[in-house]
Amino acid sequence: MASLIIKNGTVYDPANNVNGEKMDIYIKDGKIVEKAARGAKKIDCNGKIIMPGGVEIHSHIAGGKVNSGRLLRPEDHKKLVMPKTKLTRSGSGFSTPSTFMTGYLYSKLGYTTAMTPAMPPLMARHTHEELNDIPMLDKGSYPLTDGNWFIMRYLKDGDIEKAAAYAAWLLRSTKGFALKITNPGGTEAWGWGKNCKSLDDPVPYFDITPREIIKGLAEVNEMLGLPHSIHLQANNLGRLGNYETTIDTIKVPSGTKNKDRQTLHLTHVQFHSYGGDSWKNFESEAETVAKAVNKTDNAIIDTGNVTLDNTTTMTADGPMEYYLQSLTHFKWMNRDVELETAPGITPFIYSPKMSTAAIQWAIGLELGLLIKDPWKVLMTTDHPNGGPFTRYPRIISWLMSRPARDEMLEKVNAAAGKRSSLASIDREYDFNDIATVTRAGQARSLGLSETKGHLGIGAHGDVAVYDIDPDNMDPSKDFKGIEKAFSAAAYTIKGGEVLVRDGEIVKVTYGNTYWTNPHVDKSLEKEVLSDIEYNFKRYYSVNLANYPVQDKYVKNPIELKIDAQKVGA
Amino acid sequence: MQESLSKRCTVASDVVCPFCGTLCDDIEVDVKDNKITDVRHACRIGTAKFFSVLEEGRPTKPLIRKNGVMVETTVDTAVKKAAEILKKSIRPLLYGWSSTSCEAHAHGIAIAEEVGGVIDGTTSVCHGPSVLAIQDVGCPSCTLAEVKNRADLVIYWGCNPMHAHPRHLSRYTIYPRGYFRERGHQDRELIVIDVRKTDTAKIANKFIKVDYGRDYELLGAIRAAVNGNEINAEVVGGVTKEEIQKLAEKLKNCQFGVIFFGMGLTMTSAKHRNIDNAICLTKDLNRHTKFSIMPMRGHYNVTGFGEVLTWQTGYPYAVDFSTGYPRYNPGETSANDVLQRGEADAALIVASDPVAHFPRKSVEYLAKMPLIYIGPHHTPTSLLADVFIPSTFVGIETGGTAYRMDTVPLYAKKVVDGPKGVLSDEEILERIYKEIVRGK
Amino acid sequence: MKEIILTPKELPDVGLIAETITPDLFAGKSIGKIASLLIFAGNQRKKLGDFFEVAGKSADDASDTRIVIKGDITKVKMVGKGTKAGEIVIEGSAGMYVGEEMRGGKITVLGNVDSFAGQTMRGGELVIKGNAGDYLGAAYRGDWRGMRGGVILVEGNAGAETGLFMVGGKIKIKGNCGTFAGVHMKKGLIIIEGQTPERAGAEMTGGSIVVMGDTDILPTFAPVNEEKNPEIDGEKLKGTFQTYSGDHAERGAKGMLYKFV
Ligand code: SF4
Ligand SMILES: [Zn+2]
Repeated sequence: MASLIIKNGTVYDPANNVNGEKMDIYIKDGKIVEKAARGAKKIDCNGKIIMPGGVEIHSHIAGGKVNSGRLLRPEDHKKLVMPKTKLTRSGSGFSTPSTFMTGYLYSKLGYTTAMTPAMPPLMARHTHEELNDIPMLDKGSYPLTDGNWFIMRYLKDGDIEKAAAYAAWLLRSTKGFALKITNPGGTEAWGWGKNCKSLDDPVPYFDITPREIIKGLAEVNEMLGLPHSIHLQANNLGRLGNYETTIDTIKVPSGTKNKDRQTLHLTHVQFHSYGGDSWKNFESEAETVAKAVNKTDNAIIDTGNVTLDNTTTMTADGPMEYYLQSLTHFKWMNRDVELETAPGITPFIYSPKMSTAAIQWAIGLELGLLIKDPWKVLMTTDHPNGGPFTRYPRIISWLMSRPARDEMLEKVNAAAGKRSSLASIDREYDFNDIATVTRAGQARSLGLSETKGHLGIGAHGDVAVYDIDPDNMDPSKDFKGIEKAFSAAAYTIKGGEVLVRDGEIVKVTYGNTYWTNPHVDKSLEKEVLSDIEYNFKRYYSVNLANYPVQDKYVKNPIELKIDAQKVGA
Repeated sequence: MQESLSKRCTVASDVVCPFCGTLCDDIEVDVKDNKITDVRHACRIGTAKFFSVLEEGRPTKPLIRKNGVMVETTVDTAVKKAAEILKKSIRPLLYGWSSTSCEAHAHGIAIAEEVGGVIDGTTSVCHGPSVLAIQDVGCPSCTLAEVKNRADLVIYWGCNPMHAHPRHLSRYTIYPRGYFRERGHQDRELIVIDVRKTDTAKIANKFIKVDYGRDYELLGAIRAAVNGNEINAEVVGGVTKEEIQKLAEKLKNCQFGVIFFGMGLTMTSAKHRNIDNAICLTKDLNRHTKFSIMPMRGHYNVTGFGEVLTWQTGYPYAVDFSTGYPRYNPGETSANDVLQRGEADAALIVASDPVAHFPRKSVEYLAKMPLIYIGPHHTPTSLLADVFIPSTFVGIETGGTAYRMDTVPLYAKKVVDGPKGVLSDEEILERIYKEIVRGK
Repeated sequence: MKEIILTPKELPDVGLIAETITPDLFAGKSIGKIASLLIFAGNQRKKLGDFFEVAGKSADDASDTRIVIKGDITKVKMVGKGTKAGEIVIEGSAGMYVGEEMRGGKITVLGNVDSFAGQTMRGGELVIKGNAGDYLGAAYRGDWRGMRGGVILVEGNAGAETGLFMVGGKIKIKGNCGTFAGVHMKKGLIIIEGQTPERAGAEMTGGSIVVMGDTDILPTFAPVNEEKNPEIDGEKLKGTFQTYSGDHAERGAKGMLYKFV
């Protein structure tokens, strides 16, 4: 493997407290090392900034739901195409790009890792088939556990150890990385066209509440010692006045602690910070939510910024997607998955002229700017829900520049200025903050901070270089230049290999797929397995033997073995 | 189960049936001396598929046309010739794909992209209209055990699963006991809507006969009734207004309803607009209760081809790579349109038989161009071929991924070895691809 | 106005994609530059000059540029795609997608056009002296916003799904029109002077369709009243019309069908 010396750049590596220092980075055998290797290739980065490769914690890039979104939107695909080149495959899609193209686009932005957050276990094979076709990135996926009949039954019976053993089996069967919960309970209720409207609204026929599911799964997660915390999409996404549910939700797992990271990752909180009781008085409650996040010591969030585009919404939150299409009358897909979850998809146009969209845009930025600790607020668009990930450079420019925001506030519906606090916020991110919310914080939340999201010795040789001279550029003033520079990495280096130069792909590689494999006590596992067998025969549509994802479906796997034998012992 | 079996007597269980879109995965196959001796749980047509690997006169040697006659050749020569034809062509058509694995699809798509061709699946001539409708209005749907566990109302419209998908009713929809339907079929109502009383209609709780080609009007009228609007006719498509209103009430008042539809809806009169209106009916019903809709996909992996093509290119069938990037518009880029306009100048046909199923005009064009055929059987299409490379049966002699009609992916495993020297579609296509890019 | 004359040479069977034939791309270019514009023949990247003799002179401005195509180009697709200004005259029949995504200017076809003419048109004028194929002035697959503005005039007949998902503009057909005229229409006007067999206005929620000749009206349309010499979207119609509202398969539909009596 190639060795590299990345010379003379200005380095932002918040995990190692390196804040804009001129220093050289050495890579050997795919890892960051202390000293330059003999014969290492030099890359001169004078007048450029250097960050760890971007890490994406929540982006819908692979799986059945994403593909249904693609199927649904030929008119979206026509808007952005990539022709085949000598190196790269062709592709299409603005809001739901095809797999090859997804990898190339992320790589051009300087990203080297991306997780797809919502995998129905029954469809896991599909998710992995797509992940295998996404080049340039390390990847992983989170199996959905929100409406899972086994989980709900075990938790209801107070059988937390069995729930944990089942969750361990599920991660192994799906080759999943973390436990995802989307609208807990609500997705099962959607099997009857219903929903869970508050944390204490019981799931029909299962006699368990969303609160109990969240609390139980948070405990399960820490019992198993998974790298990431539970990854939760709270109830009531997109609903008026939902900020109360959000604040309530933050407190639910507060009894569950982990010394290295949060025990709750609350996702795309922009969609969960809404006030008002009609769309006419719809307003931001980002300040209230930010306060709650500032106060908590065991929850962090990602933003789910709205970028004011014509995009495709897709979540495992079936009732939410139904509700959205009932407002827009746009085309709508629903994909309920037996015993597990209920994804839905519908296009959405965030028109800057619309008051709601403009306020949503403001909320995403307010969260980023009002939550004081950048480690607690990660930048996402919940791609493609708030907008496509290809808009990250634009969001960076908004976060770094008050004039950029002011210019937008002039252009978009005036409600954004009136019904949010954005216009009054002076804070501007610096490069260190950007590196935190796009890499270091994401890696830490994932529990992968040993090798990802930083440039210290032993880290993966994943590096992004941007054509920005921090000494001669004021991001606040030159926000257009910021957007441009972050749109096309000067270099994207993955595992010590240069994949992108001057925004163009120069090499195609396929990264690793991470999955976690916790082992619980054998006799407990056996007990749970016989329970699974019994129920599978009766209620699933496939044989149990055909359910687990076979090894051949994961290209370049990295299995994280976890000893959780104490569970059940 | 091991991947290679020679002289032992074994039972393979949890086998996936590679015949229809029901994709039953509970089949047991007995194998002795690498011969299938018994097949359990499969229906009549599924069983026949397993035994078809034993067919007399099955081709095992590649053939190539020389001076008008097909002569035996090696795989290498056949692959070279195939690559040559595709490389020379300026508008190649790559068609078929519904009866092979997703692994083979991926190679086929790579070839199509490499040679700037048009790639299309048999979807084009069965559920293509369903895709067009879904792209216009969406599709509320679910996996099949949602139906098993919850449905109290099941509608089959324009399809006859008793013949085309024999185990559909017993595995997923009518007969099985489900979590919320403990008494199986006694807890459900079956309605069949069709132009004639099919065998499925005969076992239905209710059969509604619709006039041929009037499904669209009937669907619209049911929607009007569901949405509380007047119907401006006494009889629509042969069904009285009262009956339509009664049906609408029934649909609104079930707990969990589902519509399955087939080619009786996709291929008659209003075609994709039938499906469009059926989907919109399903959407309307979700204002009152829970309702889903699903196409009865025919070939076992026609769904998988759509999935792979969609994630790799953005589009589910009829993809044209001539401009270097994927372009899609059935009506222009679909196989029959490309043929009938006389655009295609070479064809690669995999795992399907267009000569038997395409309109005459298309077949006439196919007959004129260099044609490569890959498949396990002699077929009317293979008879027209200039290069014929026989392949193994996926899901019997070769493992591979297939997607059920509800898009659940399954691994269809291998139960016996294929005939000596016969490669899989996947391997053949990979070799052709490598031959095409060799030296580039 | 300055004119560029394109005379087709022998055109290959594989069909050409010629989205570069538009006044916007011709304006300000020399004959040589125009002749070297990209055209796809199957998977081959070719030059416009490979298939057309190019003569005349272009203006600096698209709006002063007229392209005249001498003869049939039925194998040529996408002529005039995205035209914003200027004029194209095709003195023969044309292939698919004539005037696709057109925004301004004028395209006249003396012969027939194949399907998808005026797809997702936003403005300008598309005149077809002969017949049009299916999906005239229609949306692209999946788009719920089809033709948004401009005028399409067909002197002959048009095919099925004319004006699919139309949200603005006008389509006038002097002859007959295929089934599903104005399907899913939301706004705009379609006038069919001949007959259209059935299903006009299917699933429409707004806009107007006028049918002078025979047609079977869907049972989900409701008769409203009779109107004499109505004026719709600025078009003055002569005669008495039975009006219907629909399509009431949809909730709250406000489409109008005018049938000449
Ligand atoms: S129903 Fe279809 S999949 Fe099932 S056994 Fe019969 S042919 Fe095979
Ligand atoms: Zn999400």
